Amino acid sequence: MGTLLELTNVHSYYGHIHALKGVSLHVNEGEIVTLIGSNGAGKSTTLRTISGMIHPKEGKVELAGENISNLDAHRIVTKGVGHVPEGRGIFPKLTVQENLDMGAYTVNDQKTIKDRMELVYQTFPRLKERVAQYGGTLSGGEQQMLAIGRGLMLNPRILMLDEPSMGLAPVLVDLIFDTIKKLNEQGTTILLVEQNALMALSIANRGYVLQTGSIVLTDDAAKLKKNEMVQKTYLGIE
Amino acid sequence: MKQIAANPVYKFLLFPVGQIILFALGASVILSLVTVLLAYLFKSNFIDFDLVERIMLILPQVIINGLTIGFVYSTIALGYTMVYGVLEFINFSHSEIFMVGGIVGIQLMAYFEHTGALATMNEYLVIALAIVLALIVSGSLAVIVERTAYKPLRGAPKLVPLISAIGMSFFLQDLVRLILSLTTGEFNVILPKFGTYDEFWKLAVPGMEDPLRIQIKSALIVGIAILMLVILNFLVNGTKVGKAIRAVAQDRPSASLMGINVNQIISITFLIGGALGGAAGVLFALKATKLDPFSGFFPGLKAFTSAVLGGIGNLTGALLGGLVLGLLESFAASYLGIFTNGAFGAEYKDIFAFAILIVVLIFRPSGLLGQTVGQKA
Repeated sequence: MGTLLELTNVHSYYGHIHALKGVSLHVNEGEIVTLIGSNGAGKSTTLRTISGMIHPKEGKVELAGENISNLDAHRIVTKGVGHVPEGRGIFPKLTVQENLDMGAYTVNDQKTIKDRMELVYQTFPRLKERVAQYGGTLSGGEQQMLAIGRGLMLNPRILMLDEPSMGLAPVLVDLIFDTIKKLNEQGTTILLVEQNALMALSIANRGYVLQTGSIVLTDDAAKLKKNEMVQKTYLGIE
Repeated sequence: MKQIAANPVYKFLLFPVGQIILFALGASVILSLVTVLLAYLFKSNFIDFDLVERIMLILPQVIINGLTIGFVYSTIALGYTMVYGVLEFINFSHSEIFMVGGIVGIQLMAYFEHTGALATMNEYLVIALAIVLALIVSGSLAVIVERTAYKPLRGAPKLVPLISAIGMSFFLQDLVRLILSLTTGEFNVILPKFGTYDEFWKLAVPGMEDPLRIQIKSALIVGIAILMLVILNFLVNGTKVGKAIRAVAQDRPSASLMGINVNQIISITFLIGGALGGAAGVLFALKATKLDPFSGFFPGLKAFTSAVLGGIGNLTGALLGGLVLGLLESFAASYLGIFTNGAFGAEYKDIFAFAILIVVLIFRPSGLLGQTVGQKA
């Protein structure tokens, strides 16, 4: 299993704010890797830098050895990077089906699109009941399913999920995490950003801990879970 | 019910055409009723003639005139509203894009007249060619304007591109004046006379003394406008590009994460809006018969009013707003003089259009049909 995604000494800015201060991390093919950290640590910024919504001032982002640091977001999508953004980014006035269609915007073969859509409906039967409904009228959980489903329409090499559990009822959180695990078992590499560190570390292979724009700790997920600092700061165990 | 809604013939032909007819009829009937009601109320003030009778006599003609100009306004208004939908920005140079379309169309006809082909060509072919040329020229011009004057300013405060648009508007006016002055020596362009589309169809209506006179030109303008609106509806709701336009309008960062090239989609939006504006320019030229580099200003401003009236950013709203405004203007032009016994004449019709803009902005800033663009991230 080779390295699929690699960030080397990445520095990103929002205007004058130095949001990422030399982040280096890698994701191997077939892994679930999670980024944990408190608010404003730079987790979302890391994902946004990978997907090209912001470009790093220094350092590089490589996908399977290819430098994608300065590609536009829509070009990076065609390389097979799916990004389910924080807040889901559903198109409120497109129907569920149209939202899914948009996920496969870069796919031209109609049959492939249809097959993938079938797969998404199998994964989230709830969406099938809502095909003709506007995205904006769905409940929070359904919107999250739609956002993940829309990410799957791309059949990405790596799927990046930003806070998929945010604002969801516990029962839905379990469903979403089960789905993430299942997707990974079917071969999708996953980079997961999560506030709910305990859940994230339970399904991940490895984890990185971000603090104010820098990675302070990295290890296997199981070991991170037992790490004293992680337990104290992110898992709430004294 | 779901199956009917999904049927493409219904979705892309019957539904939009039905909607247009409903809006046109609805607006006409409501305005007519209000006018007739007013006529009954003020009837006693007029002793020399029967006010109601005088009103009824010209009512069909007033409605036809109103719908004709209303469809032109709708077609222009769609350009404003589409661009507003994706960029939240009023493209004030759209009135000049419209004017260029009209002038280019007239110039093509003048060229045919010059070569002598105009007398022998089918008149509808001439009009069709003029419209196609206007579609191409205005559409490309709109894209060029977007690339040069607006794209570099994306991300700047909202006022900045707005001022750039006003500047572009003046620039285009004077550019056209310069080109016309250099090539033809004067900047009025006059529609050459050809064909029979100026004539009237006379329809005998039972119960009416005089036959209903419909100018072929009016029917032509309305027909072409409806055709373009139906095509636009298909483009926006039935194609991948249309879906992408709507996606960009609703959530631009999310759209780019879908692999949509946002800049390209914005350019396509300007292309479609500009092309529609150019075609509307030719339709307007058929009606006005004379254009100059500044004749885009007023129709443009009124189309903008229509877009606001219907709810800016809302395509259906622009259609409805244009029809309502055209009808209101026609009613005002024809009846103000009669109601006020000549104190106010047709020249006051513009006051109506802009008074409506002010009233809408005060009481219902989201427009008749409201803003349906959705949230912006």
